Amino acid sequence: MAQSAKPKWTELAPGAAIVEPASARQNRTGDWRSQRPVWEHEKCIRCGVCVAFCPEGCVHFGQQQEGLPSADLEYCKGCGICAHECPTACISMVEEEE
Amino acid sequence: MEKRIGLETSIAVAEAVGLCDADVVAAYPITPQTHIVEHLSELVADGKLEAAFVPVESEHSAMSVCCGTAATGARTFTATSSQGLALMHEIVFIASAMRLPIVMTVANRALSAPISIWNDHSDIMAERDVGWVQIFAENAQEALDLTIWAFRLAEDRRVSLPVMVNFDGFILTHTIEPVLMPDREMVQAFLPPFQPLQRLDVDNPITMGPVGIPDIYPETRYAHQQVLAAAYGPITETLEEFARHFGRSYYPVETYRADDAEILLVTMGALGQTAMEVVDARRRRGEKVGLVRLRLWRPFPFAALARVLDGARVVGVIDRAVSVGGPVGPVASEIKAAGYGASRQPPIMNFIVGLGGRDVPTDDFELMFDRLGQVAAGGRVGEPVFVGLRE
Repeated sequence: MAQSAKPKWTELAPGAAIVEPASARQNRTGDWRSQRPVWEHEKCIRCGVCVAFCPEGCVHFGQQQEGLPSADLEYCKGCGICAHECPTACISMVEEEE
Repeated sequence: MEKRIGLETSIAVAEAVGLCDADVVAAYPITPQTHIVEHLSELVADGKLEAAFVPVESEHSAMSVCCGTAATGARTFTATSSQGLALMHEIVFIASAMRLPIVMTVANRALSAPISIWNDHSDIMAERDVGWVQIFAENAQEALDLTIWAFRLAEDRRVSLPVMVNFDGFILTHTIEPVLMPDREMVQAFLPPFQPLQRLDVDNPITMGPVGIPDIYPETRYAHQQVLAAAYGPITETLEEFARHFGRSYYPVETYRADDAEILLVTMGALGQTAMEVVDARRRRGEKVGLVRLRLWRPFPFAALARVLDGARVVGVIDRAVSVGGPVGPVASEIKAAGYGASRQPPIMNFIVGLGGRDVPTDDFELMFDRLGQVAAGGRVGEPVFVGLRE
């Protein structure tokens, strides 16, 4: 099951059990997002509020640029909490086009 | 060694669970299943069965406990009936979908309303699609034997599914019959220790019963359907092995004087015993009548039943439940569907009998065979017949 995000019925563990710890990381759960957060890094004071408030734990420093926060879009659901909580309002929610 | 003793069927079932060394019994008492659970609590309290007895607050909790304990690899038993089974319904699906080899005795009883504590098959017919192996016993010996067998089959690693053993409330639960009671050695030789396919283990963590997103769910249902259908082979194998150990043979479909029969009657459960007497009487009169006793209800024994019904001029099917708003009773509906599209299918006449504990005397069977005789002579099958109904 670990090898494929979409296993055949023969590849399921009995009772659809998940037999490999932390395998949820393989499930790209960000694909139903309708908006994405975009940082205006010039205004960012690197306080980490967006990192702390992200309910998915997918906002981290240094993913895209050294010392700056961004969202891992493979897991970000586009909830907008980071944008709402940012004290400098440097995060805007942008419509996903595709 | 086996000992011949007189025993109430419920006590025989409880003793069988004791001989199987169940680790956990979680159950809630409900008429007419109560004596099974009462006796098991005594066996545990008296130190004769080393098991955790969990006196839960409802059947919903009973099956929930069973799922939890079976998931840890404990041999788990419960029993229920009627409203209790209905209350359990939600978790009954979960037990099978999670492949947990629980054994449950169902003392078949009518469903409310009106309130009825008496026997029919309304409770189990509402559980047809829960994905369990479902089998029927006709007498005390069968109930005892099939309980022992049920653990063996459920825990077979090719199967790893829960098993329901059905037997008729009051007609069997409260009847004392002579039984051959095996000893612990015999049962242990037949039933090896439970080696679960997978289990909850802190050293090797797994998640059982996770969310099945739309990308996964259809595959899980198909896998469940396949494993239950494929259980048919292990079912016949383990029944044969039971016969080698205990000398008593059981089959998914059993017959009585059916080989050359032109008129066949299909029964499920204890009524088969009365029906055999009527078949004998009619045979003495030279009538070619026979009986088909459908023992295995899930997985449905399509091929075995087709072989048996082939050649009959007319088939009567007894139902002990009503599919309200449906075509015929649930058993007749299944048998009709199973034969649809076959090169030839005998006419199938449906009899609905014994609802809510209404007695089914031999006269009722005489009436059914009379009606089947009329169809064999060219009469119409017509609507399902509610035998003995005051109209």
